Amino acid sequence: MKLTKARLILEDGSVFFGKSFGFESSVAGEVVFNTGMTGYPESLTDPSYAGQILVLTYPLIGNYGVPGDEQDEASGLLENFESDKAHITGLVVSDYSFEHSHWNAKKSLSEWLVENKVPALFDIDTRMLTKMLREKGTMLGRIVFDKDERKEKGQGFFDPNKENLVKKVSISEKKIYRGRGEVVGRGVLRVVLVDCGVKNNIIRCFLKRGVEIVRVPWNYDFLGEEYDGLFISNGPGDPKACKATIANLKKSLDANDPKPVFGICLGNQLLALACGADTYKLKYGHRGQNQPAVMHTDNKHNRCFITSQNHGFAVDSESLPEGWEVLFSNANDGTCEGIRHVSKPFFSCQFHPEAACGPTDTEFLFDDFLEEVRKHKRESGRSGK
Amino acid sequence: MTSRVKVKEAMKEKVPGAKAHLVRPGKVLVLGSGALKIGEAGEFDYSGSQAIKALKEEGVKTVLINPNIATIQTSEGMADKTYFLPVTPFFVERVIEKEKPDGILLSFGGQTALNCGVALFESKVLERHGIRVLGTPVKTIIDTEDRELFVKRLDEIGVKTPRSIAVNCVEDSKKAARKIGYPIIIRAAYSLGGQGSGFCSSEEEIVDRAAKAFTHSSQILVEESLRGWKEVEYEVVRDSYDNCIIVCNMENFDPLGIHTGESIVVAPSQTLTNSEYHKLREISIKVIRHLGMVGECNIQFALDPFSEDYRVIEVNARLSRSSALASKATGYPLAFVAAKLGLGYSLPELRNSITKVTTSCFEPALDYIVCKIPRWDLSKFSQVSNRIGTGMKSVGEVMAIGRNFEEVIQKGLRMIGHGMHGFTANRDILYPDLEHELKNPSDRRIFAIAKAFEEGYSVDRIHELTRIDKWFLHKLENITSISNELSSHGSLGSLPDELLLEAKKRGFSDFQVARLVLKPGSAEMEESLLKVRDHRKKKGIIPFVKQIDTLAAEYPAMTNYLYLTYSGSCHDVGFGRQGGDEDSVVVLGSGAYRIGSSVEFDWCCVNTAASVRKTGRKAIMINFNPETVSTDYDMCDRLYFDELTFERVMDVIDLEDPLGVVVSTGGQIPNNLAMRLHKEGARILGTSPESIDSAEDRHKFSRLLDELGVDQPEWKELRSFSEVKAFADKVGFPVLVRPSYVLSGSAMNVVSNPEELEQFLKLASDLSKSHPVVVSKFIEGAKEIEIDAVAKDGEMLCYAISEHVEFAGVHSGDATIVFPPQKIYVETIRRIKRISRRIAKKLGISGPFNIQYLAKDNDIKVIECNLRASRSFPFVSKVLKLNLIDLAARVMLGEDVKKPEKSSFELDYVGVKAPQFSFSRLQGADPILGVEMASTGEVGCIGDDFDEAILKSMLSVGYDYPRKGVLLSTGPVDSKAELVEEARLLAGKGLLLYATPGTARFLEESGVKCTALYWPDDKRSPNTLECLKSGKIDLVINIPKNLSRSELYNDYTIRRNAVDYNIPLITNMRVAKAFVQAMCNTDKKDISIKAWEEY
Repeated sequence: MKLTKARLILEDGSVFFGKSFGFESSVAGEVVFNTGMTGYPESLTDPSYAGQILVLTYPLIGNYGVPGDEQDEASGLLENFESDKAHITGLVVSDYSFEHSHWNAKKSLSEWLVENKVPALFDIDTRMLTKMLREKGTMLGRIVFDKDERKEKGQGFFDPNKENLVKKVSISEKKIYRGRGEVVGRGVLRVVLVDCGVKNNIIRCFLKRGVEIVRVPWNYDFLGEEYDGLFISNGPGDPKACKATIANLKKSLDANDPKPVFGICLGNQLLALACGADTYKLKYGHRGQNQPAVMHTDNKHNRCFITSQNHGFAVDSESLPEGWEVLFSNANDGTCEGIRHVSKPFFSCQFHPEAACGPTDTEFLFDDFLEEVRKHKRESGRSGK
Repeated sequence: MTSRVKVKEAMKEKVPGAKAHLVRPGKVLVLGSGALKIGEAGEFDYSGSQAIKALKEEGVKTVLINPNIATIQTSEGMADKTYFLPVTPFFVERVIEKEKPDGILLSFGGQTALNCGVALFESKVLERHGIRVLGTPVKTIIDTEDRELFVKRLDEIGVKTPRSIAVNCVEDSKKAARKIGYPIIIRAAYSLGGQGSGFCSSEEEIVDRAAKAFTHSSQILVEESLRGWKEVEYEVVRDSYDNCIIVCNMENFDPLGIHTGESIVVAPSQTLTNSEYHKLREISIKVIRHLGMVGECNIQFALDPFSEDYRVIEVNARLSRSSALASKATGYPLAFVAAKLGLGYSLPELRNSITKVTTSCFEPALDYIVCKIPRWDLSKFSQVSNRIGTGMKSVGEVMAIGRNFEEVIQKGLRMIGHGMHGFTANRDILYPDLEHELKNPSDRRIFAIAKAFEEGYSVDRIHELTRIDKWFLHKLENITSISNELSSHGSLGSLPDELLLEAKKRGFSDFQVARLVLKPGSAEMEESLLKVRDHRKKKGIIPFVKQIDTLAAEYPAMTNYLYLTYSGSCHDVGFGRQGGDEDSVVVLGSGAYRIGSSVEFDWCCVNTAASVRKTGRKAIMINFNPETVSTDYDMCDRLYFDELTFERVMDVIDLEDPLGVVVSTGGQIPNNLAMRLHKEGARILGTSPESIDSAEDRHKFSRLLDELGVDQPEWKELRSFSEVKAFADKVGFPVLVRPSYVLSGSAMNVVSNPEELEQFLKLASDLSKSHPVVVSKFIEGAKEIEIDAVAKDGEMLCYAISEHVEFAGVHSGDATIVFPPQKIYVETIRRIKRISRRIAKKLGISGPFNIQYLAKDNDIKVIECNLRASRSFPFVSKVLKLNLIDLAARVMLGEDVKKPEKSSFELDYVGVKAPQFSFSRLQGADPILGVEMASTGEVGCIGDDFDEAILKSMLSVGYDYPRKGVLLSTGPVDSKAELVEEARLLAGKGLLLYATPGTARFLEESGVKCTALYWPDDKRSPNTLECLKSGKIDLVINIPKNLSRSELYNDYTIRRNAVDYNIPLITNMRVAKAFVQAMCNTDKKDISIKAWEEY
């Protein structure tokens, strides 16, 4: 097999030589690593990876191919992916499996990457690369094909965090999904989901609980909608770029008898910014399926959950204003993994309780949120405009 | 206004055992697993040692019961008190009465400890003595062990188990099978590693299997067959605050139907999607919470290869072989953490011992793949089928680490140590029916797959025959195509660098490359291999050292748990002077456990590493056996979990530039490397490689003995049958026939007459065509005596002389060994010392050595000499309370070593080492002792006198005082005569004696009453077979009629049935005498309960 060679060049000048198994075109982005050992179809279609060249630390990739584009009839969501397309800028692995084997596979990862125009390299010492990113922090990088050399010259690195990536991945107009699961209690709950790059599984988690979802664009003024609870989704890039979302969210928090709010990942950061706290960029982020999040609901902090994560920015716990507290913290580095209001029904988590990919241990947070929503709906009579 | 969001606990139901006990126990009893046996091996030395370390760290006093004297856990500095006693309810209760512990650990000593613990719980002994079971409650253990309860408990939470019906008799098993539909699988409840299990596709098969299974268990399960499903395992940890983590998941290369202990296994799983992986993960946690496990457990799944349908096959509520593997595969110290959780710690409170800064409450992320391959020794047994299935037959395992599957499977196949060089470029194995071979898994199926690829089979075809997932097969096919590409080049000059690098990345050894490219004859092999090595080094194609850090490089690792790979471009660690100022010493480990080499060599290696560190040097360990303590990364400064091949060891030496290499403490594997490493310029510490060679080479050693005027049994190296015949006629039968350079007597045999000689030579010459046969005079009725010693510059510093209970002819690894010797003439001892000194001097020994002698009427002959530690080093060291390995290590390091003052003559107690056999696992094997080693493990116990010591040892390996009847079949006339007195003693104890016709006549004539039974092939009643099956007999003494392996049908049937019906069996006249006398002299209740420290 004749393989095209290509290079991964980092902003510090390091060069890694690899072989292509994806779309052959030079690209630039932010280089990040993920330590999960399974779930590449989910990761590659996660909108939070927009603008990023993803390094998978698990070396054997492509083993079970890529599943098909089956759509869920009711929601129209792709059943096997986290959004409608690949969002990563590029993929870097150690050992690509040219032959795959799985009953659910429709094509190889290589074919899928080519279709989705995502360049991918293998035969790179991803451990060495990961250690560099760990030591020096996340870096910008480029995947460069020799054929593009001339064209490439003079072209620089690209920092996705300087752009409003959310704008690129968010839905363009409002869309309504009807729940199909068992409806608990009286009446269907209606949740506004602010799409900053939402993963399909978040929607699925709501739908299977019988919730009706009003999915709105990132900058949509949802205050005019009729709804029982507010959800702020995950998404890519620097949270501070989402000024419109933060402003809308702030209005919602400040309202009289505010609706319960739940945020995931970017949603956690946006909630923090909306309440007046600050966010910052982590040295190399948390991306993987084994991040331990300690729950701060008792004094002993004996409960700890294994969570799936994908974020480069974090909430500064110190900056939380009066009335807010840390709900979860990372057992490894102590960073903020979730916040809540001490008296109002607002909370969020930095990790992904919807999993996909990753462990499902914290999916109960959806139930907790919906319980609050139900309670609020009950207590405040009908949900009003 | 609503209140703040309440975050509930993830789990909705009430969880048993979820309340923390924060009251620390003061003294904890730890149960070990006893002798190594098939299904229960070195992994429990690892788990027990870790548990003891964890308890010690917390200031908890530990009392250990384990008769396995060769383990690390029974060493100085481990438990506060160590009892070399049987792990049975009787003895454990005695120790409890004496030690009064307030806590007990049941889950660190395998099934043996678990069963013993359950028995103590059920008889209320634990309750009576106020002992708390730490970790998983006994109720949970019972729920997982009793299949019916287990299924019921899982049904409660809607978790699927295989359709299954529990039955208590053979008749019901037939009915159940009809209900479920054939094929079905039979499982015995409460048994080690699937003993008595198997597939049945007809009523006849089920009747046969069920009857056998009922001898192991009062209940068996008839289950739906899930043949062809994927087999996946999860290692789960839960603390008493209900935090749960999955430390590792593993996927079997072989589909369901082959015991996981018999399967090639990879970690993490390779063919599972996110959805499958996490679905099974979620179920694992749900199950473990529901059952109320605290600590570690293993859960096995069957996963449909065509959907996400699954079944939970089994839950092991204890540390297991898989958990040892998972610990080594991930770097997560499962046993250590499990012990801490048993004390009431929460997972987030404990630190990750590799990073030191992150928490233990996480799931390791691997950035490599590991592959476990079992090691079988089936060729050592006559009449054993090499087919593998639902029962366990393997005696050990290896684990290979790398960054792609091709690399790990090839590394692993070399590690197994059956002379294979990887997946390809091996000696040709002939398969008369390849398809049959692929369809019916055997210990060599992986090579049948290689053969199939060679013959042009497609992946699809092989998948159809084997049901192995195509992903694995595609990878194997890739190895074959690289092989073919290499073969298409005829010289290193024409070999593209890129291809060579690709081959190295895919796990090809220099040997494979040499054979495929240079195609040398066997004489030029070594030279060609060195050419390849030289060539690739010049091209800069060298392996890189990578760390295992549990977090895929997300956090820096503070430990040096390392492997080498070509899939990399930088090292994770610095070397030599960069790595620190001290000198380093490489200690070569012992590799896969096998018959002839197991935990005793691990003890030697761990102690050597400890001694190296004590001298202020860095200890570098190379070993690849996941069942060992030597592969714990905290036992040395650097652990290379990698191959013990010449190539890999040289790679490490090239990088580390150590002060030297220790080859004499890891058994035969490192010993065999000595000369080759030496020739390449590696510095071998201790005895010179030339001397090692002089002792290994039969001719050189014989000449040396002649020079020293030391006697040896007459022998000759011969090349034809007529030469052998002539020699045998000259010295007289019986003669011992064997090939040179062997470990544990492979292919050795004693033949008593010309017919046997001819028959055996036909088999032996097949085994080693290019090698001549060595024939020596076999001396009957001789005592065998061993000396284990340490010398410095040829001067013997200390020694331990021990004697075998059996006469010569029983392999020393299978012999019952007494130390200090009780029945040897002082003159014999003096002469043995003198000869040993002369040999040590002549060979300039510096380090450990072992010499075996034959003694008859004060006439002494040398039969074997090993210039390395022997398997009895830990035994004699612990009985003598003088660590011979520490002494040897210090000698090899050039330290100033004084002659110790201890002498075995001052001991006022006796140690007896007894072998453990695993014949019950090896269907059809003739449980007979000979010059070929057959035991899988051993115990060593100490007593105030010989009787007490041998009783403790034999009770530790499964013998017991008979209470009903004894079947005697005492062999040739002289042994019949020898055993009359013992028969009388047994009868005197009120036992009913049964005997085969000849023996019965002999006993009657001698005035001993017994019931005569007809031979098995005689249809008449009372028949020996029906008597064995009736449960009237609880000891069988069957002495073989001659020395050969081919025994008569009747005797074989008696022995085999004794094993199959779980009746203790003695086949050696001398052992029978010793055991019966000891038993009749000492009541069980009078056996003293004394800790090692009290002697």
